[in-house]
Amino acid sequence: MNDPFIKIEDLNFSYTDEEGNEARVLHGFNLEIERGSLVAVLGHNGSGKSTLAKLLNMILMPQSGRIVVDGLDITSPDLTEDQLFENRRNVGMVFQNPDNQLVATIVEEDIAFGPENLGIEPKEIRRRVNDALAAVGMTEFARHSPHQLSGGQKQRIAIAGIIAMLPKCIIFDESTAMLDPRGRAEVMQTILRLNREMGITVLHITHFMNEAAMCDRVVVINDGEIALDGRPQEVFCHVAELQEIGLDVPQTAELMYELNLSGVRDGEGRELPLSCLTVDECADELCRLIDSL
Amino acid sequence: MIKDITLGQYFPGNTILHRLDPRGKIILTILYIVVIFFAKNLWSFAAVIASAVFLTIISRISPKTLLKSMKPLIFVLAFTTFFNVFWTEGEVLLVKFWIIEIYLEGIIFAVMMIIRISALLVGTTIILTYTTSPIMLTDGLEQLLAPLRKIKLPVHEFSMMMTIALRFIPTLIEETDKIMSAQKARGADFTSGSLAKRAKALVPVLIPLFISAFRRADELATAMECRCYRGGEGRTRMNILHYSGRDTLAFIIMILFGAALILLNQIPSAISL
Repeated sequence: MNDPFIKIEDLNFSYTDEEGNEARVLHGFNLEIERGSLVAVLGHNGSGKSTLAKLLNMILMPQSGRIVVDGLDITSPDLTEDQLFENRRNVGMVFQNPDNQLVATIVEEDIAFGPENLGIEPKEIRRRVNDALAAVGMTEFARHSPHQLSGGQKQRIAIAGIIAMLPKCIIFDESTAMLDPRGRAEVMQTILRLNREMGITVLHITHFMNEAAMCDRVVVINDGEIALDGRPQEVFCHVAELQEIGLDVPQTAELMYELNLSGVRDGEGRELPLSCLTVDECADELCRLIDSL
Repeated sequence: MIKDITLGQYFPGNTILHRLDPRGKIILTILYIVVIFFAKNLWSFAAVIASAVFLTIISRISPKTLLKSMKPLIFVLAFTTFFNVFWTEGEVLLVKFWIIEIYLEGIIFAVMMIIRISALLVGTTIILTYTTSPIMLTDGLEQLLAPLRKIKLPVHEFSMMMTIALRFIPTLIEETDKIMSAQKARGADFTSGSLAKRAKALVPVLIPLFISAFRRADELATAMECRCYRGGEGRTRMNILHYSGRDTLAFIIMILFGAALILLNQIPSAISL
């Protein structure tokens, strides 16, 4: 448990456009992700968070630096093709648009797509497909066609397709961004369950602060560098810094922050704590405030 | 309106036809088309009609759906009937009016042609499209064409393309609907004016549709790569096609049917071709 699942050292990555202009996305980037942790990655558009995800999955290759995933140096020049595919299997990726990642016309065929690519025995594929469907709570939809499903359901199928490859880590690249609130809640529940019950390391890239608040750790990326990193309660205390880089804070933290700014103090003259992230915590804190006055 | 276009109408079910091996079904369909052309006289044509009725019954597909599916064929049927009736010369002259001569043979020929074409349609749709899911069909085709891989034909890639196309047809139809509604809300008119004008009005629908299709293709390719897709090499399948006793039985029935038609052709009949 002591060596991190993902270790990124001094990573540099830049895109080059057709005219040869370089756009630096990540420079001197360092990050360590613990095994079995649930990490939210925040950052405004173009901050390099999706690039980071694609680098971990080897869809993109960095210019320099080192990435070690599960003990395998995926930036090593003598990485074999088998190791590349092993890493892709080990680090699954769920994308933003649920429609554009489902391949087959029937749900269970789609989930079987990954294991089929890996050349697994048909019987074992069938077992994994059933397990994956159960893990995302979609067993009854096995024979449905993807276009009959809602956005949240499609996204859960996409997750099942990844689980069927038995990865140790799943990266969610804004997988909740295109969903309605209900679909978002469904997907978030699934993510939490995968992390808590199956011990899968999760990197959840998102714009929704309440989702980030549910994670163990929040990493805020700004202009290719880590701006803030820590437990949600710690990170969301930095309301001013977060707003400066163009990010929201959870509404509860924002309420506390605004109350503090307007000079509200409790009976002993203290500021309200910014660390309460759920509505209940926030309500308790406000009750305490009113009682103390 | 756009929603009506369905490709490969498949009716889920669990009849014996649904359970046949798709590879066998593709070959059976080809056999059926060939065998139907054996029919030459009244008796054998009766057998052809009986075979179509038999297929309809065992497939449990409602005759109404079948008749509906034959609608687009009316034009073809009318066309062949017209030529057969007016341009066939025979011995028994029925009507002579100005330069038009209608012979009994022409009418018989036309009727038989109608039966042949209808049986062809009913037979092939029931055996193949109505009772075989598109994915089974592409799987079957891939395996039937597998030997062609030896001469470097991209069989797996072809079947993958088919699967993805089938997967994205409903998605793209939905998107077309959405874009059309968006354009209509901005005052676009798709229903009036000359054909050229209406075709022109579709350009602002097609361009966003194409752009989005390209973007989808790009994202799908990335997603497939992430799921370790690397072509057909070393790939296994979850569902293995099983050739079983009932498939052999189906072939035997088809061969018997062909033999029966040839025998029936030998029976002297007043009406024959």
